[in-house]
Amino acid sequence: MAIEIKHITKGFGEKQVLKGISATFEQNKVNMIIGASGSGKSVMLKCIVGLMDPSGGEILYDGLDLHRSNHKEVRKIRSNLGMLFQYSALFDSMTVEENVGFPLKIFTKEDPRAIKKRVEFCLDRVNMANTNNLFPAELSGGMKKRVGIARAIALNPKYLFVDEPNSGLDPLTSAVIDKLIQEITYEFQMCTIVVSHDMNSVINISDKIMFLYQGKKEWEGDKRQILRSGNENVDRFVFVSDLIRRDL
Amino acid sequence: MFYHFGRYLVLLGSFFKSPEKFGVYWTLFLEECNFIGVGSVLIVVLISTFIGAVTTVQTAYQLESPLLSDSLIGTTVANSSLLELAPTITSLVLAGKVGSAIASQLGTMRVTEQIDALEVMGINSATYLILPKIIASLVCFPILIVIACFLQMAGGLVAGDLTGEVPAQLFLEGAQEYFLPFYVYFMLLKAITFGFIISSISAYQGFHTYGGALEVGQSSTRAVVFSCIVLLLADYILAQLLL
Repeated sequence: MAIEIKHITKGFGEKQVLKGISATFEQNKVNMIIGASGSGKSVMLKCIVGLMDPSGGEILYDGLDLHRSNHKEVRKIRSNLGMLFQYSALFDSMTVEENVGFPLKIFTKEDPRAIKKRVEFCLDRVNMANTNNLFPAELSGGMKKRVGIARAIALNPKYLFVDEPNSGLDPLTSAVIDKLIQEITYEFQMCTIVVSHDMNSVINISDKIMFLYQGKKEWEGDKRQILRSGNENVDRFVFVSDLIRRDL
Repeated sequence: MFYHFGRYLVLLGSFFKSPEKFGVYWTLFLEECNFIGVGSVLIVVLISTFIGAVTTVQTAYQLESPLLSDSLIGTTVANSSLLELAPTITSLVLAGKVGSAIASQLGTMRVTEQIDALEVMGINSATYLILPKIIASLVCFPILIVIACFLQMAGGLVAGDLTGEVPAQLFLEGAQEYFLPFYVYFMLLKAITFGFIISSISAYQGFHTYGGALEVGQSSTRAVVFSCIVLLLADYILAQLLL
């Protein structure tokens, strides 16, 4: 077990966005959180990675509570954490090489040559070799995502978080990014949590799926089970596309 | 208002939590000095020279009396530059140039999730992004304002001499006649205070931007407006307390 969340709640004023969600996310698996817009999946991801404080509940990284640990423990958790943002969130003022090398420069005592070697390995792994000196503005959406993945794996993290990996990408590029996320999850034996509403991704790469509906965990299972969940809200979400209905 | 003031203090307080490696900040500090200091020299030179020249011409126009010595023009221009024009006008100009740039840079980083990316990595984003800007402002503002003060006097001297309103020698005599070293300390104190006000308020506005391009623009505008208001208020308080 890698990440465990217990009775997570989050509210904004009167509005309760997360209503007591509990789940476990295992290592070496692609865990997907799906749901319609406004179901609370992005808020849940932000709570898990510590960008938001939950109103209640616990978020445990291998037993350590991110929101109640001391500074040293939090830093230890964060050094094992990589994230790919919806729009990649690359630093505009830095080159591709500087972006990928940034966490290494901040958190390690490696010399510049070792950092460069690791950066080149990460870029090569995401098929972005020889782009070291380009700036984010010179990259396509798919290339930015790949550099984002390279930056996320630079410190060899145990946990990888991915927010809407296919947002703004064409179907072919989406499939490439999905495949890459799946490959690096198994290769680096990470606990990967992907937030998405793309059913293609769900069918292609998920090992475990959690469906959120109006701030609650409505259903949990794998990609075979989701097609026969018997849950009205899950079915409405999954079978909105005729393509998936025909596959049944 | 109290809400924003409280959040502003919390932001300043967060600088003392979990700093990163010193080497990282040194590089950032030098980059910010280059942007805030070196990048602002040209506009400071242009504005200060003309302000000095205009002040001389206008003072000469108002002192056209056989009972008043022309050296008073030099006195007025020099003391006005030291006490008010160099620190305050230069800082108001820098609020527009530096303040808006700080707010829009941080605002854009916020709405494109670059600040979130820093936070997820475990970096204290406020310290990493804002502290070097504030320290660079504290160092660069006094230097820019000293340059501005010299150029205002030089501009005034040249304008007075060229127009025949006051010869250079007389202008210099007047400038030295009522000079007090305290005026320089007062100018430097103002420079440091205004540098802190502009960089910290602009950073606060940019750091707490939420939304998109429209909100980044609004933050940038708010940064300049609030910086100018607080700067003028501080200007009055310092004058009242120290003069």
